Parts: sequence; C-alpha cells; structure tokens
Amino acid sequence: MTYFDVKDLTIKFGGLTAVDNVSFDINEGEVFTIIGPNGAGKTTLFNLISRLYTPNAGHIVFRDEDVTQLSAQQIAGRGIARTFQNIELFESASTLQNLLVGRHRHSTTKTWQDILRVRKVRDEEIAHRRAAEEVMDVLRLQRYRDTPIGSLPYGVRKVIEVARALCVGPSLLLLDEPSSGLNVEETDAMAEWILEINRRLKVTVLMVEHDMSLVSRVSDRVLALNYGRKMALGTSEEVQSHPDVVAAYLGA
Amino acid sequence: MSAHIRTDYAQSDQLFASRASVIAYAALGVLLVAAPFLIESYYLSQLVFVLIYAIVGVAMNILSGQAGQVSIGHAAFLAIGAYSAAIAQKYGVPLPVYLVLAGAFTGLIGYLVGLPALRLHGIYLAIATLAFAFIVEEVLARWESVTHGNEGLMLAAPNVFGMKLGTNGFYYLCLGVTVVVMLAAINIIRSPTGRAFLAIRDSETAARSMGIDTARYKTSAFAISAAITGVAGVLYAHKLSFISPEMFSLAVSIDFVMIIIIGGVLSLRGAVFGAIFMIMVDPMLIVVKDKLPQITDAAMHGIGLGEPIIASIQAGVLRVVNAPGLKSLIFGLIIILFIIYEPMGLDGRWQRVKAYCKQFPLARQRSARPQRMFLKSERR
Amino acid sequence: MLDFIQQVIGGVALGCVYGLIALGFVLIYKATEVVNFAQGEIMMLGAFLSFTFIATLGLNYWLAFLLCVICMAILGSLMERLVVRPILGYPQFSIVMATIGLGLVIRSLVGIIWGTDDLRIETPFTNGVVKLGGLVIAEDSLSIIVATALLCALLYAFFRFTRVGIAMQATSQNMLAAYYMGIPVKRMFSLIWSLSAIVACCAGILLAPITFIHANLGFLGIKAFPAAVLGGFGSIPGALAGGITIGIVESLSGFYLPEGFKDVAAYVVLLAVLLWRPQGLFGSNAMKKV
Repeated sequence: MTYFDVKDLTIKFGGLTAVDNVSFDINEGEVFTIIGPNGAGKTTLFNLISRLYTPNAGHIVFRDEDVTQLSAQQIAGRGIARTFQNIELFESASTLQNLLVGRHRHSTTKTWQDILRVRKVRDEEIAHRRAAEEVMDVLRLQRYRDTPIGSLPYGVRKVIEVARALCVGPSLLLLDEPSSGLNVEETDAMAEWILEINRRLKVTVLMVEHDMSLVSRVSDRVLALNYGRKMALGTSEEVQSHPDVVAAYLGA
Repeated sequence: MSAHIRTDYAQSDQLFASRASVIAYAALGVLLVAAPFLIESYYLSQLVFVLIYAIVGVAMNILSGQAGQVSIGHAAFLAIGAYSAAIAQKYGVPLPVYLVLAGAFTGLIGYLVGLPALRLHGIYLAIATLAFAFIVEEVLARWESVTHGNEGLMLAAPNVFGMKLGTNGFYYLCLGVTVVVMLAAINIIRSPTGRAFLAIRDSETAARSMGIDTARYKTSAFAISAAITGVAGVLYAHKLSFISPEMFSLAVSIDFVMIIIIGGVLSLRGAVFGAIFMIMVDPMLIVVKDKLPQITDAAMHGIGLGEPIIASIQAGVLRVVNAPGLKSLIFGLIIILFIIYEPMGLDGRWQRVKAYCKQFPLARQRSARPQRMFLKSERR
Repeated sequence: MLDFIQQVIGGVALGCVYGLIALGFVLIYKATEVVNFAQGEIMMLGAFLSFTFIATLGLNYWLAFLLCVICMAILGSLMERLVVRPILGYPQFSIVMATIGLGLVIRSLVGIIWGTDDLRIETPFTNGVVKLGGLVIAEDSLSIIVATALLCALLYAFFRFTRVGIAMQATSQNMLAAYYMGIPVKRMFSLIWSLSAIVACCAGILLAPITFIHANLGFLGIKAFPAAVLGGFGSIPGALAGGITIGIVESLSGFYLPEGFKDVAAYVVLLAVLLWRPQGLFGSNAMKKV
C-alpha cells in the first residue's frame, strides 16, 4: 500500500515555477521534513498538499487514493490536518472553541438538528468536548481553555494551532514551520511534542522547518528543496552534508 | 465574587450559567408576560416593535456577527416575508401556516442570494446585497397584479384558526416568536454549525483546512438569517396592517445594520439592546423637538443675552428641530460616535459594567477596542 | 439609429458622472481600503456649494468652480480627520457603516441648510446645443464628457509625475513600507480624501445643470457602486469604464425597455457581472497568502 506519495508535482505562478516536478513519498509513522532556503517552494508545496492551490501537473496519492482533485475540506475529511506558518487561528474565539472547530469533521448532525439541539447533538457535543480535553491534556493547554486567542502570546498560539490540527484526528499532520517565532525553550518543548505526537498518538508528521537542530532531532527523513526542485533526500545527516545543500545554504 | 465550578461536560449544555441568571431571566419573563396589564397601549405597541426589531437583530447577528457575511439589503427579506403574509392571508391561509411558509420561502430566497456570496468577499458582497434589495423594491413596485404596486396591500387582523388576535394576543404572538427565534439562535451558536460560522468569519482558509465546507455554511447562514427576517416581516406586516414598497427601502436595511452595530456584533443580547435603542430614538426625538426650543430659550434668557440675538438663535434652533432630516442626522451621528467610542456596542459596555461590579474593588480598566489590523489586508 | 446614438451620448455623459464618483471611491479604497459610502453625498455637497456661489452670491462660473474645489478639498480632509482616522484598522464593516453615517449627516445637514426644494444653476453651457448632422447634443452633456477627460488626464499626470502622487501610490501599495520610507502616511490619507472630494465636487458641479440640485442627489453615489465594482474597485481606468458602461446601459434601457427597468438596470448588470467574474471586469484576483 502507498501511504503518501507525491509524483511530479508542478505549479506555476505566471512565469515562475514555484514547485517544479517534485516527487517523494512518506512512509506511515515517520517524521518527514522539508527544508530549503527562503522561496524554495516549501509552503507552496504544503498548500498544494492541503489543496489550497491546484497543481498544474502531477499527482498526490494518499492511502492509494488520488487526492489531487479533492477540495481542501475533503482533504481534512481524509485525515490530513495542517498548521500555518503565520498562525491562522480563529482569533475572536476561545482555545476550546478553536479545538472544537477542529473536531468539525467528526460531527454528523445536520443544521436543523443543531437548531433543535436533539439528543444526538448533545451526545456528540460531549464526545467532542472529551476529545478536545484529551488533546489539551497532551499539550498542557488546560489553563488557556476559555481565554480568547486574541489575548494569548505567540508561543501559546503556535501550540494551540497544533492542538487544533490534532483535534481533526489526523493520520497525517502537516506542520508549517512549527518553531518559527518561538524561543529556545519553546522550540525545545515543541520538539518533544512532535515526537510525542508521532510516537504516542501514532500520527505521521510532514513538516517544513528551518531550525536544523529541531530537524535533526525529530526527523526520520529530510527532503531539501531549492528553486522548487528536489535537491537531496535522505536522513538528516545525509542531507545536511550533501554538497548541493551546503552550497544552497552558504550561497556558493 | 463567585465562581462556577463544573463537574461534568453535560453542564456546559445548560442554558443558564448560574442560579442568579435563572432568576434574572425568570423575572424578565414574568415582566414581559405581564406587560399588557402594566403599561399603556402606546408603550405596548413600541414593545412589539422592539420584539420585531430584536428578531431582525438576531438574523443580522447570525449572518454578520457569527458568520461574518455583510448584508446591507436585509430590508428585502423583511419585504418578502411581509408580502408573502399579505398574499397568503388573501387566500385564506391561517396565520400559523403562513408564518412558517413565509419564513421558509424567504429562507429559500436567502439561500439563492447566498449563492453569489460564495464567490464574493467583503465589499463586493455588501454591494451585491444592496443591488438585490434595490431589485426587490423595484419588483414590488412594478409587479402590480400581485403587489398592487405603490398603492400597497392591506392586511386583515391576524387570525389564528378562526380566532382573531387582539392587541394583547398579537403581542403574545410576537413575544412567543421572539423566544423561539432566540432559542434557535442560541442552539445554532453553540453547535457545530455555529462554530463553522465562526471559523468562516475569522479565517476562511483555516476553516477549509479543518474540513468545513465553507460554501455550504455560507449559504445556510444566508438562508437562516433570511428565514428569520422573513418571519419578522410577517409580524411587521401585521403590526402595520398596511405594506408598500417604499417601507422597505435602503434606510430600513441600514437601520438593521445599526441594530447590531449599536447593540454589539458578537452577542445575541446585543441584538436586543440594539433593537431597544433603535425603537427608543423616535419617542426621544419627539421629546427633543418639544422641549429643546423652550430649554434653549430659558437658558439664553438666563445668561442674559440680548433679545435680537436670542430671536435669531431661536430661529436656528427651530429650523434644526423641525427639519425633516433631523432623524437621519441623529442616526448618522449615533453610528459614527458608536463606532469610534463604543466599538463593541452596548453589550460590550454591559459586559464591562458587569465585570466591574463583580470584581469591585479590584477591577481595572481593560482594553475594549477591537484589534486593529494594518498588516492583514482584506484586499485581494 | 439616430435615436440610438443620441441615447448612447446621453448615457456616456451620465456615465462620466458615475465614473467620476466611482473614481472617488477607487482613490480612497486603493489608499486606505476604506469604501466611502458618503461619496455621493460629498458630490451633492459640491453641487449645493456651487449653487450658493453661483446663484446666491452671483459669482462667475469659473471662479465659483475653483472656490467649490477648494472648499471641498478642505472638507474632505476634515472628514478623514474626524471620522475615518480614529477607526483606521477596524474591521471593514465598521468603517463602511461609519461612512454611511457620515453620508446621513451630510444629507440632513444639506437639507437643513439649503432646504428640500429643487434648485437650479445657470452655467455658460446652459441651453446651448451642438448640432452634428441629425444629432442634437446639449452643451451640458458635452461639457461633462470633456471635463471628465481633462480631469482624468490631470489625475494621470499627478500620479505619474509629481512627488506627492508617487508617494500616494506607494502608500496605497504598502502602508507600512511607505511609512518606513518616511512618507507621512497620515497626511497622505488626508490628501487622498481631499483629492477624492475634489473629484466628487467636479462631478456634482458638472451634473448640476442637467438635473436639479436636491437633497436626494446623493443617491447617485449608490448608482456609482456598480460602476466601481464593474471596474474592479482598484482600477482608475476601470472606474471610468464601469461608469460609462452603467450610464449607457441605463440610458438605453430607459429608452427601449418598459418603465422601471431604468432604475434597476445598473444593479442587474452588476449582479450578472459579479456572478460571472467575482472580481469585476478589471479587477485582479489574488488569494490571501497563508
């Protein structure tokens, strides 16, 4: 079975080919990291996978299903959840509400049932609440439960975004620069959580990251991109010592 | 100070947070039920208008406050509800039936209006709803075989299965509908549907990535909001017992937006506060018109100004208070001042007063202004 | 055929007025992301001022024109200072409502100051006609078209060649970057409002001879929305093209279609275009980056 496979993915914005014929595959249960200099097409690749962009060519296969033509909301329904580089939380809502939105794909009630608040809605609400509380337990977010996002510091928001993505109940979790904007301690905690999510919750992780110490600490395999093209693929050490990667980072 | 300790997730399902709020709402309920026996008929009539505006306020809250979709054409939905009622009544349909039917029909129209909303954002959507409202107004004025054009339509007294509703009966009908609409709105807001609305309002991209079908929820926000406004339209038509197209102009749509701006966009309580405020402006204006010239006259005599100056200033004052545009002048100023100085509306003020009382004397001034966004551009 | 051309020319003249109002929207929107719903009322204020200068004070038309422009420039920046600046950065919805409030205030003040009767002004073009073969074109209409063309050329030159104009463009593209570059962003906003008020004022004075001056003239501003949206709301030539399109559609539907279509034609066209191209005819559609 193919778990996750990207084949010859290409997208062009006008004359610029942001992602150029990129292929790779992810095995179930691993932490797979994409690195590359700024403008290498990492976030674009993420947006392609979560179907916010439509590729000009190529395929994305998830669990033997071609998901290239699905819509963004269907992708979440398949069990792929993501975070955003610049944090896209629901700012006027509380942490709990944000997490409950993450549970949306597990709701089976129709709008009219919501309006009448039938038994089924109430039962599901309790189930959602329990699931959200469990995620909050894992990431130690209980004390922020009823605080509006707008009044929380950046580091906490970053964690809440991971929590919200976990609430989707993903099999594959996409993390877009989880450590950007975090200080050393927060980055450290983030690394622990990524490992915990991967090992304990059995979630496959695909992430984009700049912090090489974090990358080498958590990644099973690393893909290096530059100018939208694949430069190197392998373990963290292999990629970091790859001559092209060194050249790209040092600007040879 | 008091704390609510919850021991079970099911407790979050309760309508009232504490015993105190149960008592407060029960007292309000008793007062509202007893109102016809307590207050004069003029005030009862104003109270009916407050209820109708509160229903519209709830509709606006769901669409703009919860789902973040702008509409400056809601008078059109009110009109569709009102005309449906008038026409259904002519064919002898009983009131409870057409109350529901008008709501459903308006909801359907709302759904159709919501379809373009899928592709439009911000200002484009606002202008599209504006265009829709103008077209509806024009259709009502021109489709004479059905709507009698600008001559308008008369409605008979509301009739519930052969029983004529008097003034009090109609008041109870409005009260009942308001309560039902409120409960429905509360249920929406605390359910997955309501959270989907909130997600769309705050970040559409994130909402989609969380698996929310934004198209579906945007159209249902429009449909629900329109249906509620349609029901309000039925009540409105019966309250006035005569309807004509110019009663559903742009000014009315702006009134509706004012309800939630003044009351506070984020909460249902705001819709009620806003409705009370909007209805109170008219009686207040009459008082101002009556009393202001006397007051200025007395004041100027008091500080001993010369007769000719007083006469000319007095003429100016009279001109202002008798000007036909006075109401819109005051409305305009109210909108501007509220947005600048009370951006969270009356409900925001209410919350802060409540918090202040609870935490007294430890309360401290907190920022009550919405976050300003200079970097996050809405421009596409 | 002659009728048709006659209608089209009338439509173009009216469309130029819409276009100028739409231009006012676009200027402000591009710079501050505020949609100014009071634009029509500002135009109306310009028309009433011209009445005071020309009919009441008996000034020369050209002098009065100049005075109006100066007055409106001052009033425009005053409005920005009092109403818009305190709420800059609030949700767009709030700002839109504030400008609606501003429009209500202007309309009722105009009603209180000038009364609610229809007023007229005499201009050098009143009653003059130009005959062109079988065509009869009123000089009023012609003056609108010519003046619009002139005004656009001036605006183009202003944005293209003056320091202030270029600074304004920079501000509208990136407020923060402009600020860091030492452009006085707040003053730019005031200037933009002045400029937009001037454009609206010109529209008002040009329009005054072909309609009456009355307190409902401001509603034309709402008609200019379809024009601005058709043009994509961010494009200056788009606003003019949109305005002229709306003017022609309105004029032709008034002539060929049953009564009632004229008033809604603009909105029907608008909805149709939005369904077909949600970003307007000239707008660009870029997604928000995440």
